[in-house]
Amino acid sequence: MTDNPTRSFIVLDRLRKEFGGVVAVNDLSLNFAKGQISALIGPNGAGKTTVFNLITGFLPPTSGSITLNGVNLSGKKPHRIASMGVGRTFQNVQVFPAMTVLENVMVGRHLRSRCGMAVSCLLPQALRPEEKRIREASMVWLEAVGLKDQADRTAGSLPLGSQRMLEIARAMALEPSVLFLDEPASGLNARETAGMGDLIVKIKAMGITIILVEHDMELVMDISDNVAVVNFGSLIAEGTPKDIQANPDVINAYLGA
Amino acid sequence: MNMKDYIGIGVLALIVAVMPFAVGNDYYLGVLVFTALNCLTCIGLCLLLGYAGQISLGHSAFVAIGAYASALLTTKLGWNPWAAMGAGIVISLVTAVLVGIPTLKLKGHYLAMATLGFASIVHVVLVAAVDITGGPSGVSGIPRLELFGLALDTDTRIFYFCWALVLVALYFAVNLIHSRVGRGLQAIHGSEDAASSLGVNITVDKIRIFALSAVFASVSGSLYSHYVLYIDPGPFDVMHSVLLITMVAVGGIHSIWGAVTGAVLLSLLPEGLSFLSEGLAQFNIQYKTDYDTLIYGAILLSIMLFLPEGLFDGIRRSFSFFSKTNTETERGQ
Ligand SMILES: Nc1ncnc2c1ncn2[C@@H]1O[C@H](COP(=O)(O)OP(=O)(O)OP(=O)(O)O)[C@@H](O)[C@H]1O
Ligand SMILES: [Mg+2]
Repeated sequence: MTDNPTRSFIVLDRLRKEFGGVVAVNDLSLNFAKGQISALIGPNGAGKTTVFNLITGFLPPTSGSITLNGVNLSGKKPHRIASMGVGRTFQNVQVFPAMTVLENVMVGRHLRSRCGMAVSCLLPQALRPEEKRIREASMVWLEAVGLKDQADRTAGSLPLGSQRMLEIARAMALEPSVLFLDEPASGLNARETAGMGDLIVKIKAMGITIILVEHDMELVMDISDNVAVVNFGSLIAEGTPKDIQANPDVINAYLGA
Repeated sequence: MNMKDYIGIGVLALIVAVMPFAVGNDYYLGVLVFTALNCLTCIGLCLLLGYAGQISLGHSAFVAIGAYASALLTTKLGWNPWAAMGAGIVISLVTAVLVGIPTLKLKGHYLAMATLGFASIVHVVLVAAVDITGGPSGVSGIPRLELFGLALDTDTRIFYFCWALVLVALYFAVNLIHSRVGRGLQAIHGSEDAASSLGVNITVDKIRIFALSAVFASVSGSLYSHYVLYIDPGPFDVMHSVLLITMVAVGGIHSIWGAVTGAVLLSLLPEGLSFLSEGLAQFNIQYKTDYDTLIYGAILLSIMLFLPEGLFDGIRRSFSFFSKTNTETERGQ
C-alpha cells in the first residue's frame, strides 16, 4: 500500500437504494481517498445516512457495489465489515446507556480480544490476562477524547457532547482503518464543535481515513480535504472545500431552488 | 474489580452451609430445594433478560425438557441419571438453537409471544403424547441421583447439592458478565446497531446466551425429577414461565443478585402466605390459596410502580452507606 492520497480506497459503483418508491441513493458512483478527510454533504433527506448504512452493512443495496481496498463489501453483515477495519458512529447517538463509559469503550475491543463463552464463564476476570489489556487500550482512547475522569459514570448520564465523543472513542478502540462519522457535531455548542474538529484532525494524523457527514459547514470546510455533495441520492458536485463553496449547483441545492 | 460479587458468593455459601442446622424440619428444607431450582433457572434467565435484553416466556419448556429427559430415559431405558441429565442438556441446547434462530430475530412483544408459543406447544405435547410421556398421569418411579456412591436420598444432601450448583451457576454468571462476551451481550441490550458496528455478532451471541440459559433451566428440571421422583405436566405450564420472569423482574433484572433475591422471595412466598392464612384463621378470616395469584399480581405491580429497578436495588439503595461503598468498589480499578 502506498500513501498516494488520490488512490481510491473506498469505491462506490452505481450504488442504488430504494425504499418502496423512494430512491434514497440514485446510482451513486464515488471514491473516497485513503488517509484523507472526505466530507459527504447535502440537504436533509439527501441520502447521506443511507450511504453510510449501505457501506457499513446495515442495509443491503438495491444494486451497485461497494469495495474497500479492492474487497467487495456488499452482502456482508455489519460485524463482518467492522472486522475489516471499518468503524462508525451514528447520527442519533447510540451509546450503551446502562454500561459505564469505560465499558462502552471496552466493547470496542471486542474484535481485538479472544476469550469465548466457555473461558469467560470458567475464569474470573482477574485470571483472564486480556481483560487488563482491554482496559488499558480503552483508557488510552478515553483519555484521547477527554473522558478519562468520567470512566466510571454510566454512559446514559453523560451530556450529548460527551456521548458523541464516547462513540468516537469506542469506534477507535476497534483500531479501524476507516472511520465513518454521521453528524458528529450535531447538537454540540461552539466550543464542543471546535473540540470535535480537533479530535477528527488528530485521528486523521494517525493515518486513518475519515468520511464525514456534517451539516456544520464551517467545520466541514475547515477540516475536509475533499467534499462530495449529494442531493436526492445523486452526486451534484465534488471537489476541494474552496471549489464547493463557489459551486452554483451546491448553492442552489442548499437554498432549495 | 468485581470483588463484591465473589464476596457475595462466599457469603451465600456460608448461609447455605449452616442452613440445614438452622432449619431442622425436612419440609422447609424441601421448600429450599425448590428455591434453589428456581434460582438456577432464574440466573440463566437473568443473563438473557437483564444482560442481553432478550425476553423469554419459554423457559418452562426447557425445565420440562430436562425433567422429562431425566424421568423417561431413566425409567424407560434404564439410563444412569447423570447420563439422562446430560441428554436433557443436549436436547435443551439443540432445541434452544432451533427455536432461537427464528425467534431471536424478533423484538419485544413479538419475541415474548413466540417463546410463549413454544412453551405452550411443549406443554401440549407433554399432555397429549400419552404413549411417550404418560400424559396427564405423568411418570413415576424416577431414581435418585448418586454422587460418588453416595445416594442423594435425604433432603439435607439434596439441599447441599442443589445449592452448590446455584453457587457454581452464580460463579459462571459473574465471570461471564465481566468478560468480552458478557460486555457484548450488554451492548446488544443497549443498542444492537452499535454492538454490531463494533464487531459483535448479535445473531450468534443472542442464540448462545439463549442456549446457555436453556441449559440452566434444563439442569434445574432434571434435579426436580430426581428429587420429587414423580412428574406430570402440571408444573411445566406457561404460567411457570411467567412466574420465572416475575421472579427475575421482582428481584431486579439488571443484576444477577436481583434474580437470586426474586427467586428466593417468590419461592418462599407461598409458605409465608400459608402462615398468614393460619394467623388470619384465628380471627375467623378465611384465606384461600386462590388468593395467592392476587398477591403475586399486587407484588409485581407495586414493584414495577415503586421500585422499577427491582427489590434488590431497592434494598441496596435504602442502605445508602452500603450502596455508596458498593458502587465505589464495583466501579473502581
Ligand atoms: N429505513 C428506511 N425506510 C424507508 N425510508 C428511508 C429509510 N431510511 C431512509 N429513508 C428515506 O431515504 C431518504 C434518505 O434518507 P437519509 O436518512 O439517508 O438522509 P440524510 O441525507 O442522512 O438526511 P439527514 O441530513 O436529515 O440526516 C429519505 O427520504 C428517507 O426518508
Ligand atoms: Mg442522516
